Parts: sequence; C-alpha cells; structure tokens
Amino acid sequence: MSEPQARPAPPRLSAAARAELDAIRRRFPTTEAALIPALHIAQREWGGWLPEEAIEAVAVELELPAATVYGVVSFYDLFHQRPVGRHRIRVCTNLSCQLRGADEVLELLRQELGVGEDEVTPDGRCSYVHFECLGSCDTAPMMMVDDQYHENLTPLRVRRIVKDLA
Amino acid sequence: MAAFEPVLTRNVGHPEALTLQGYKRGGGYEGLRQALAMQADEIIEAVKASGLRGRGGAGFSAGLKWSFIPKGGDKPKYLVCNADESEPGTFKDRLLMEHDPHQLIEGCAICCWAVGAATCYIYIRGEYTKAAEILERALEEAYRGGILGGSVLGSKFKLDMWVHRGAGAYICGEETGMLESLEGKRGQPRVKPPFPALVGAFGAPTVINNVETLCNVPHIVTRGADWFKSIGTNEKNTGPKLYAVSGHVERPGTYELPIGIPFRELLDVAGGMHRGGRLKAYIPGGASAPILTAEHIDLPMDFDSLAKAGSMLGSAAVIVLDDETCMVRSVARLAKFFNHESCGQCTPCREGTNWMELLLDRLEHGDGREQDAALLLSICKNVAGNSLCALGDAAVGPVKSLVERFPDEIEQHVRDRGCPFPRRRWFQDAA
Ligand SMILES: Cc1cc2nc3c(=O)[nH]c(=O)nc-3n(C[C@H](O)[C@H](O)[C@H](O)COP(=O)(O)O)c2cc1C
Ligand code: SF4
Ligand code: FES
Repeated sequence: MSEPQARPAPPRLSAAARAELDAIRRRFPTTEAALIPALHIAQREWGGWLPEEAIEAVAVELELPAATVYGVVSFYDLFHQRPVGRHRIRVCTNLSCQLRGADEVLELLRQELGVGEDEVTPDGRCSYVHFECLGSCDTAPMMMVDDQYHENLTPLRVRRIVKDLA
Repeated sequence: MAAFEPVLTRNVGHPEALTLQGYKRGGGYEGLRQALAMQADEIIEAVKASGLRGRGGAGFSAGLKWSFIPKGGDKPKYLVCNADESEPGTFKDRLLMEHDPHQLIEGCAICCWAVGAATCYIYIRGEYTKAAEILERALEEAYRGGILGGSVLGSKFKLDMWVHRGAGAYICGEETGMLESLEGKRGQPRVKPPFPALVGAFGAPTVINNVETLCNVPHIVTRGADWFKSIGTNEKNTGPKLYAVSGHVERPGTYELPIGIPFRELLDVAGGMHRGGRLKAYIPGGASAPILTAEHIDLPMDFDSLAKAGSMLGSAAVIVLDDETCMVRSVARLAKFFNHESCGQCTPCREGTNWMELLLDRLEHGDGREQDAALLLSICKNVAGNSLCALGDAAVGPVKSLVERFPDEIEQHVRDRGCPFPRRRWFQDAA
C-alpha cells in the first residue's frame, strides 16, 4: 500500500467544473467567497456527497486550508460527508406539513424502502431524511426528491414516486 | 371588502412575464427608467415617504435603511437581497421569484442606483433550485437586454447582479449570518454594531433587504408614495402585503391583500377552516411569532397591531390550527427546529433551545413533570435578550405563548402521562 512512487496525483475538479468555478470567482472580491459555490459543484461531481478527496480538491483549487473547508461543509445541511443514495428524498416535517400528514409520509417511506432515515437502500437507489420547512407549506404535505418538489402528497402518490425512481 | 387589485402578484399566472419582452410589455422596467432620471436622494425620500417597511421580519423602514449608506467614499457598496426564506410557514418569496423574476431584478436595480451600489447578490436558499434557475435565466436576459452590465438602460450606471445559492441553514437568513455565508464562511451571525450599512459584505457598506420588500420598489417609483400610503391600516402600516396561509384552512396559499387585513377576513379568503373545523390558534408571522388564539380573530394583520397583542407580523406566514390539534406537539416541532438551527455561538441560545425541545418532547411522550411549565418559562427568561442574534428570541416566542395561553394542555399532558389528543390519521380522515 505504501509504495513510495505510487502516490496518486491530488484529486482535481474536472476541467469543465474548473471553468465554471473560474467564472463564479470573478463575482467576488475574495477567493473564499467562492467556497460554497465550489462545494456545490464538487458535490455534483462526486455523486451527491463530499468524500475527503472532494474536500481536498476544493481546498487546493481555492488555496484554502482543508480544515476551513471542513468547517464550512459541516455547517450546512445540503452538504453531505457520507454517501447518499442515487436519489435523495427530503420530507418536510415542520409544522405546516405536520398538520397535514407529514409524519404519515415519513412512515410510509420507511415501509416502502425498508431502511431507516439517512440509510441507503441496499440497491443504492435512494435514501430519505426528514427535513425543515422547504417553503411549500401551502401544498403540504410535500417532499423533495433530488431537486424536484413533490407537493400535495397522498399515500398513492408517494408509492408511485418511489416506484418510479431509477 | 372591495376587491383588491394585486400589485406584487399581478404577473402570477402570466408566464409571458418570465421573459424580458413580456415583462416590459406589462410596463416592466419603467420604474427603473424613471428612477435613473431621478436623483438618488429623491428615490430614497420617496421610499421613506411611502412608509414601506421590511417584509423579511423586522419591519424596519426600507428608505431609512438606505439612507444609512454613506454617500461617496472609495469603498464599493453592495446590495444583498435576502432570498433565504427559511422561516417555517413562509413561501411567498418563492412565488415572487418563480413567477416574476424581473420584478425583483428591477427592484434590486433601483435600490442599487439609489444607494450607489454596483454589485447585487441575490442570496437564495440552496433548496430553491427552480427559483434560482428562473432568476438566472432572467438575469441573463437582462444582461443581454442592456438592463444590467456596463450601461444600465444606456446610462452611465454600471451594475452587476448575481444569484448566490446557500446550502441549507436557517440562520443564514439572519442578515449578518447571511453576510458571513456570502463570504464563504459558516453562517454565524456577527456582533452588531457595526451595522451592515457601514461594515457589511467584504467590509463594505451593504443594504440587506427581503425579496418582497424590493419587489415593492418599482411600484413606489411609478405610482408614487401617496398611492402606496393609500393602501393599508394607517400611516405606519402601508402597502400591499403577501400573506402565506397554511395549516388547517380549505385553500392554503399566498394571498396579496392590503396590509392590516383582519385575520378573520384573511381566513375567509383562504376558504375558512378545513372541513368546517373550529379555530383553536394561529401563528401570524412564521415559527418565530408567539401563538394567538381564537380570541384574537379580529386583529388587523399589521406590524403594530400584532406587536400590541404580544405577537408579530414577522414574515406574515400564517399557520392555522384547528381544535383537534395538540399544541404541545405543535410547539415541540417548532422547538426541534430552533434547536437544530441554532448556530451554537451563544450559550443561552444553544443550551436553551436544546432544553426546550427536550422538555416538550418529554411532555408529549408521557414523561412530563408538574414543574415543567415553570421550568420552560425560566428557560425562556434566560434565553430572551441574552443572545447575539434574534434567533434566541424567536425560539422563545412559541414556547412562552404555549405556556401562557395553553396551560391546561400542558397540565393535561402531565396528568394523563402523555398526549390527550387522539393521534390523527390525516389521509384516512381526509379520504
Ligand atoms: C434567525 C433569523 C432568520 C431570518 N430569516 C430571514 C429570511 O429567511 N428572509 C428574510 O428576508 N429575512 C430574514 N430574517 C430577517 C433579516 O435578518 C433581515 O432583517 C431582513 O432580511 C431585512 O430585510 P427587510 O428589512 O427588507 O425585511 C431573519 C432573521 C433572523 C433573526
Ligand atoms: S442567538 Fe443562537 S443563532 Fe443567534 S448567534 Fe447566538 S447561538 Fe447563534
Ligand atoms: S412546513 Fe413543510 S414546506 Fe413549510
């Protein structure tokens, strides 16, 4: 494992991602301000989460200490330091949704997927978590699958949405 | 009530307004054109005179805030539009951004011209990907159409505007938490003073305004402060207002009405109580607002009337609860939210929100003690006013009002060793 010459090249963002980031960096007077956009890009490149090498790649790219990057990653709910399913389901359980059946939606997901919150299904297809208000309280109960809002949920619709996930 | 002609939501349901051409056809960017022909001070005076107060929660005069930005100087100035919208119950800014992005861009541009800012960041919560994409498309068009960039509408005014996506943290809606986050850091609020008007983004003078606040601005420019003041309850509560109504009503949704409409009328507009249920309580201004009861049904929904009743208009997110709802369970959920979102910098807030969640959960699940109500009140007393930002006070709002307005429900939870309300099966009940 520890062959001296076998040190892998440090991980990098793809060329396309670096170009995207370069354009964003020009919007700010400091480099650090591009950190959150950079992490969004890196998370996309690494399949929905930020393994150590993704964090290192961002640190190298923006010339920031890795510890600074970790500190930021751990602060925000949308950045993940553990693998997630191919699809990520977020069920809003805050008050307006709780008043209209959100807990039942969460329970239904547990039954349909057969795993607990924040666990990935054995086929790697998806993981689900309860979440804070997603700004869609008038269409409660609701959940987000990847970037898509699913509103006015019913048990039937939840089952169908889950079944259709590739 | 006479029908109210929508101002801010007039383009909702008119997808042609998403394009620059369509927006212009409806009179769009006329406010910006007129503003560019005015002195910056004149605009600030008009906004002051209109009585426009911040729609993000605190209700501070927008014109006054703009007037705090120093004139001249060699530092750049910034506008940061607060599109973080994470207050539970609030969904009005999403509507404005998804249906009328140019209205927001126009409002931001006028503000920038008035305060001398050449850069505007629209800080949008990370979950709002659809709204962010719509805004980005609109910004692109605005650049191509000569609204933004090196020469705004052919003038000497230069303006850059960007969408900046957050990453999931309620505290980044607090203005200085937002500035930290914009600078690429953990979103932990700053000590004030200095205020952002002097030391804001990247150490430079910065205006921070809510989406809805800024959307009002083009209309104030084109229709005048007097028109704006003619809408509302009184001199101090003026203009159109978006109310985001959710919970146990027949037609949850965003309703644009004159600010200060009585809650009873708003409830009516939202279709009344769900399935003819009875009103037990309502939260008039998002999760941070102290809870009101059916007794307060005739209160005008404006800043001052609600403050006088011991609550607040906040973000005007109105959550309606019927009489089959357990108040302990409802407030426990809000307490869990505040505990999760406390940034942890101040001990009273970090520890207090943790204890509030713990005690309320314990009550709901049958481990409540006789002294819990008093204990909750003492925690509230220790958190209120003892924290760096307003999240601490916000967390106290619902808990304190629960103990004060629903003492019987707490007692009953202790006596019955658990929740006295039958667990609702929403989908069966609603079937
Ligand atoms: C914990 C906390 C969260 C907040 N969240 C938001 C928010 O999501 N959107 C918003 O506009 N204002 C929010 N505010 C209020 C802002 O700090 C600030 O007052 C507001 O953006 C100013 O704009 P306005 O004067 O136009 O209302 C929040 C405040 C606190 C204390
Ligand atoms: S009051 Fe709470 S959220 Fe605000 S700075 Fe202190 S710990 Fe953070
Ligand atoms: S409470 Fe669920 S989206 Fe707001």
